[in-house]
Amino acid sequence: MSSSKPAILALEDGSIFRGRAFGADATIAGECVFNTSMTGYQEILTDPSYFGQIVTMTAVQIGNYGVNDEDTEAAAPKCSGFVVRELSPVVSNWRSKLSVGDYLRRHGIPGISEVDTRALTKKLRVDGAMKCCLSTLPLADDEAVRRAKSWQDMAGADYVKEVTCQAPYLWRADDAANYNTPYLPVGTTMNAPGVPAKKFRVAAFDYGAKHSIYRKLVHHGFEVQVFPATTTHEQVREQKPDAVFLSNGPGDPAALPYIHQTVTALLPDYPIFGICLGHQMLTHALGGTTFKLKFGHRGGNQPVKNLETGKVSITAQNHGFATDPKSLEKRGAKVTEINLNDQTVEGLRHTKLPIFSVQYHPEAAPGPNDADPLFVDFYKMVEARKAGKV
Amino acid sequence: MPKRTDLKSILIIGAGPIVIGQACEFDYSGTQACKALREEGYKVILVNSNPATIMTDPEFADVTYIEPLTIEFLEKIIAIERPSALLPTLGGQTALNLAMELNKAGILTKYGVEMIGAKPDAINKGEDRELFKQCMLRIGLDVAKSRTVKSMAEALAAAEMLGVFPLIIRPSFTLGGSGGGIAYNKEEFERIVANGLDLSPVHEVLVEECLLGWKEYEMEVMRDHKDQCVVICSIENFDPMGVHTGDSITVAPAMTLTDKEFQVMRDASFAVIREIGVETGGSNIQFSIDPQTGRQVVIEMNPRVSRSSALASKATGFPIAKIAAKLAVGYTLDELRNDITRLTPASFEPTIDYVVTKIPRFTFEKFPDADATLTSAMKSVGEAMAIGRTFKESMQKCLRSLEIGARGFGGGGKHGGDEAFEEEVLNNKLGTPNAERIFYLRHAFRAGYTVEQIFDLTKIDPWFLVQLREIWEMEEVLRKQTLASIETDAFRRAKQFGFSDAQLAHFFQSDMTTVRAARKQRGIETTYRLVDTCAAEFEAFTPYYYSSYGDENEVMKPSGKKKIMILGGGPNRIGQGIEFDYCCVHASFALREIGYESVMVNSNPETVSTDYDTSDRLYFEPLTLEDVLEIYQQEKCDGAIVQFGGQTPLNLASALKKNGVNVIGTSPESIEIAEDRKLFVAVLNKLGLRQPDNRIALSEAEALTSAAEIGYPVLVRPSFVLGGRGMFILYSEDDLKAVVRQVFDVMPGKPVLIDKFLEDAIELDVDCISDGETSVVGGMLEHIEFAGVHSGDAAMVMPPHTLSPAMLTAVRTATYALARELKVVGLMNVQFAIKGDDLYVLEVNPRASRTVPFVAKAIGVPLAKLAAKVMTGAKLKDLGFTRELTPKHWCVKEAVFPFVRFPGATIALGPEMRSTGEVMGLDDDLGVAFAKAEAAAKPGLPVAGNVFLSVKDPDKSRAVEIAHALEKLGFTICSTSGTAKVLADAGVTVKRLAKINEGRPNAVDLIKNGQIQMVINTPGGMVPRRDENAIRSAAYAHNVCLMTTITGAAAAVQGIRALMEKHVGVRPIQQYKGNVNVV
Repeated sequence: MSSSKPAILALEDGSIFRGRAFGADATIAGECVFNTSMTGYQEILTDPSYFGQIVTMTAVQIGNYGVNDEDTEAAAPKCSGFVVRELSPVVSNWRSKLSVGDYLRRHGIPGISEVDTRALTKKLRVDGAMKCCLSTLPLADDEAVRRAKSWQDMAGADYVKEVTCQAPYLWRADDAANYNTPYLPVGTTMNAPGVPAKKFRVAAFDYGAKHSIYRKLVHHGFEVQVFPATTTHEQVREQKPDAVFLSNGPGDPAALPYIHQTVTALLPDYPIFGICLGHQMLTHALGGTTFKLKFGHRGGNQPVKNLETGKVSITAQNHGFATDPKSLEKRGAKVTEINLNDQTVEGLRHTKLPIFSVQYHPEAAPGPNDADPLFVDFYKMVEARKAGKV
Repeated sequence: MPKRTDLKSILIIGAGPIVIGQACEFDYSGTQACKALREEGYKVILVNSNPATIMTDPEFADVTYIEPLTIEFLEKIIAIERPSALLPTLGGQTALNLAMELNKAGILTKYGVEMIGAKPDAINKGEDRELFKQCMLRIGLDVAKSRTVKSMAEALAAAEMLGVFPLIIRPSFTLGGSGGGIAYNKEEFERIVANGLDLSPVHEVLVEECLLGWKEYEMEVMRDHKDQCVVICSIENFDPMGVHTGDSITVAPAMTLTDKEFQVMRDASFAVIREIGVETGGSNIQFSIDPQTGRQVVIEMNPRVSRSSALASKATGFPIAKIAAKLAVGYTLDELRNDITRLTPASFEPTIDYVVTKIPRFTFEKFPDADATLTSAMKSVGEAMAIGRTFKESMQKCLRSLEIGARGFGGGGKHGGDEAFEEEVLNNKLGTPNAERIFYLRHAFRAGYTVEQIFDLTKIDPWFLVQLREIWEMEEVLRKQTLASIETDAFRRAKQFGFSDAQLAHFFQSDMTTVRAARKQRGIETTYRLVDTCAAEFEAFTPYYYSSYGDENEVMKPSGKKKIMILGGGPNRIGQGIEFDYCCVHASFALREIGYESVMVNSNPETVSTDYDTSDRLYFEPLTLEDVLEIYQQEKCDGAIVQFGGQTPLNLASALKKNGVNVIGTSPESIEIAEDRKLFVAVLNKLGLRQPDNRIALSEAEALTSAAEIGYPVLVRPSFVLGGRGMFILYSEDDLKAVVRQVFDVMPGKPVLIDKFLEDAIELDVDCISDGETSVVGGMLEHIEFAGVHSGDAAMVMPPHTLSPAMLTAVRTATYALARELKVVGLMNVQFAIKGDDLYVLEVNPRASRTVPFVAKAIGVPLAKLAAKVMTGAKLKDLGFTRELTPKHWCVKEAVFPFVRFPGATIALGPEMRSTGEVMGLDDDLGVAFAKAEAAAKPGLPVAGNVFLSVKDPDKSRAVEIAHALEKLGFTICSTSGTAKVLADAGVTVKRLAKINEGRPNAVDLIKNGQIQMVINTPGGMVPRRDENAIRSAAYAHNVCLMTTITGAAAAVQGIRALMEKHVGVRPIQQYKGNVNVV
């Protein structure tokens, strides 16, 4: 429950939003972004792609179902701060273990409630994502604005190194703590994964990967070996993987030349699948470029059209940068999917090599499962490659 | 793929009259569909028997048939029109069932009509419970354990198999689940099963595991022919399983599901729509979740646009019906635009940054004998919806939108007082679902109940309970404050909790005006936010607003045009329904035509008026003084129209004027004259018009003396009326005594009016339009029943069929005199009674009446539009309407009643309005027109078989005439002792039947066995005899034609004769245009 303690959110343009404090007692600065998902705040809080960001939920009633053990995308919340209109004083759900306030407090993250999140969202839509300062401690308005302004901009900064794993490890399919079993109510069998008997080994680069991606890879027949972002292509080759996966992650995709180079080196030799930042890494590895969107795509209702099949999927998205389609021309890749809201690139495929990537999140969490078949596509691609067909 | 070019014309079937379970929402969906399809160049052929709908206005379809919704009439229409396709998914269960019947009868194949949207096979799978269950199990979804049975023996075996009570019983193929119920023991089980088997057209019921107390959800999904699926809205029921979703308070979006749980439900929804095979369009899928374990079961699916679709459309801004129509002709979701954002496609899922609450509106007071417990059979007659930034705000706004006297959750007013309740009362009111349960939650908090205790009693999710508890806690804090002491932040926070100024006035012991002034002085202003489908991610271009108390006001810049506000009618109730929405929509269209900007305010999500493209600006807001004034002032409106939304806005008229609102049209003073008895009598005296002799009584003694002076029979009623509530016709002092105490109970301390009741008088409804200079009668409708039957319930004929030209001239003269005297600018309705050569004025309503759409359709003149224009200062002579027109054909109105929903309710016509809807029958022959009206109202007149006749003494002589006539037409007459003797003595061959207490088989048995085709039973006395009511009840339940007045029976004979002797054809209303005489 929000205390009656005041909290403040200051934007770099000098706007001040006042509200009530929850979570940890702290003052932090970061990039203010909004997410339009109506469910899934727990997955959002724990998604490492939000590192360095202060997330505003446009949905108004937050915290209703609390926080549970399973619906996590990382061991701890990764965003810098949390902004909501109303925080529930009670949690009501049979799986719930903790309230959002307690969860954030435990992990040192401040939150602010009773903010007019719609007014804030409109500001971000019109003026673009902004630097901001959130404080649940006594802090003068001008000091808050000053801290917002002086925050080191995201552009050009390597955030991946802050969230990637320290050493390679195997994502264990049989480890209960990994919550590999997808949620299904008792009595419902729809969606139960039919895991292929033959397993392929995938080397998954962790740029701040959501655990759901690993879980999906496991469901679709992969043995997931996780590697830190700084792993070289030689180190990957030593492991003799069947395929390479490039994960999501935070920050500016252009600021990661070491990753671009590693991926470029792996391109000719492995089937590769990239998601979100992984898609942007592939873009750069192919020689393309990325640019920053005004306020990004963050939500679970983004329509993506597959240009090859003509079909539209509703997708989960969380990105502030996008691939420049022109930069991909003559680089051996083609745009396979676009966002129907703003026509930006949502997917690409190499014209000759078994390589593809998507900007959105087929692993959902939170968001729709419509794009789940991409993992099947990846498996089939690897299978074909192993059979010498590609 | 773009639209199909192989289709040329498309038949749309409407939902027919408004009944419980099918209200305005199908006018909304049908109207959208008509517009959407004509936009694409298709010829639209529309059939609907309900004249009060916007969709049946001649300009909405290419060809519009106001004809009965039966397969016989539909075949005639199909034979003439030869449509390429039939779109059956937009006219509710009625259209879906008819489409299935047409298909089964081979009519669609015969005429080569393709069913689009949903195919018969899919509809069947969606509707047949057993098939549906098999489909669900096949795709890995869980369902409640159940068994479909066709007999009592099978039912008992099923109960045995399922093991424990309670059990749910659901009859197959009944509207809104009527006839179902929850049985807690074997006796109750047998009773409900028997009733259900009776009511089900296929004599089939489902016996099911009871999920009472589980969480309940609805998903509104759409699919296109490329198999692209989207969820438009998720809805969580506040009332857990056990209460029909139409009777439940519901909230959007779902509040207590994690993303994982929500996505499973979303995936399941798509799996369902695919498995059932709804190719294109919208479907509604209901789920239930066990709050302890998360077990999720599929409850049911509607393979069509539904009431929830209308709610979802209004809640999100996504026009489900319009898009469904476009998908049906071949478009895909990504080919269609989102009208609100313009730049983004319709292939997305709306996300909302506010909370929507819907609360049903009930009218149990009209059916005092019926059980008011809420169950799995729907009983509400309407609903209000409210939008707030938070649940608390939206809930409180919705409670005041209901217009039942509640100001919100507490804060004085009805249900918001400080009285204490016994624990027993509280436990009962919480434990048994009922219409007032929401208010008893507050009483329980006040009595110290914990959330856990309340949850145990109600199974309402603790999240909702805590939200309400927070509202109550805020109330307790506010009570300790005064207007002077409260801090501005706390004041603003109270407004953000949804408290109205009236509620705050109650806490601060102040009045609304003072609170409002103090609030404004503190700078706490209402802010308006947009409903934009996307939570502000994209710019919205449609001015669709709700109020809140936030940091930003999104009211769009004025266009420079003059603005007129139109106040809608709020939630449907008996006496105020779709007719008024029709008028409001017309007003909006008319104002836009002549260059004004229209600003619509309404709280009813079912309506066309709350469609975002009906008006220039739409405010989905409660119709209270505070809410309306805020909008008026912020929009800087130039005027407001209060005479189109029924009694709701009319009641606000004086207060609005007092607060500076320019009420255009007839002045609030005139409205008051018409409603105030004394002032009105003065007007009548001045004009030399008569009222039935009347007195005002303030006590029982006065009432008895007055009645003796006037002479019996008398009509007794309270002073301000709505839909005739609390009216009685009394024939003797004993009757009066019995009633008078009850009347003073309803309105304690308020005067009771006692009128001479004009027995056997003819009643006449007159609608008139006036611009202050010219007055023109729009239409005169003669009641078929004698005076004493509420005009909303009476069958009517236009033009009058028995009155002399001289009398009609007198009526005209009186009408014009009244219009002049009341300085009417706009519409006026006068009710006259004619007894012999005497003309009496019963009532004048200086506003749009229930009959305006009917009259407009009868004469082919858009009266409501003209009235709106007149109110802005236009003159009838410039608008080209200066002469009264009467149709050359006959137009018959018949009412439709909800008795089947209220077992035990007295079935009789009286001065209290109890009908929910109406139909229109059109023909050159009066008998045929009447027969059509009866067919449209269901079940229609028989042309052969047995007639059961039993009438009260005064009707016996006319009963003989009727019996003779029926005999001549080949019917067999059956009767019980009293009437039988009279008939036999008069030479009628009568088959004598046992009265209910005289042994078996009796009339009820024969009705149930299908051996009676018509019942003529006129109830005698004030309290009808129980066995008579049982006969009428059985007739209702078994779709047997029932006449409860002798004049109605006489008209039926005329209708039957016409059916047997005349040609019964169909003709679109476009062909009736100009078929009028100029008076």
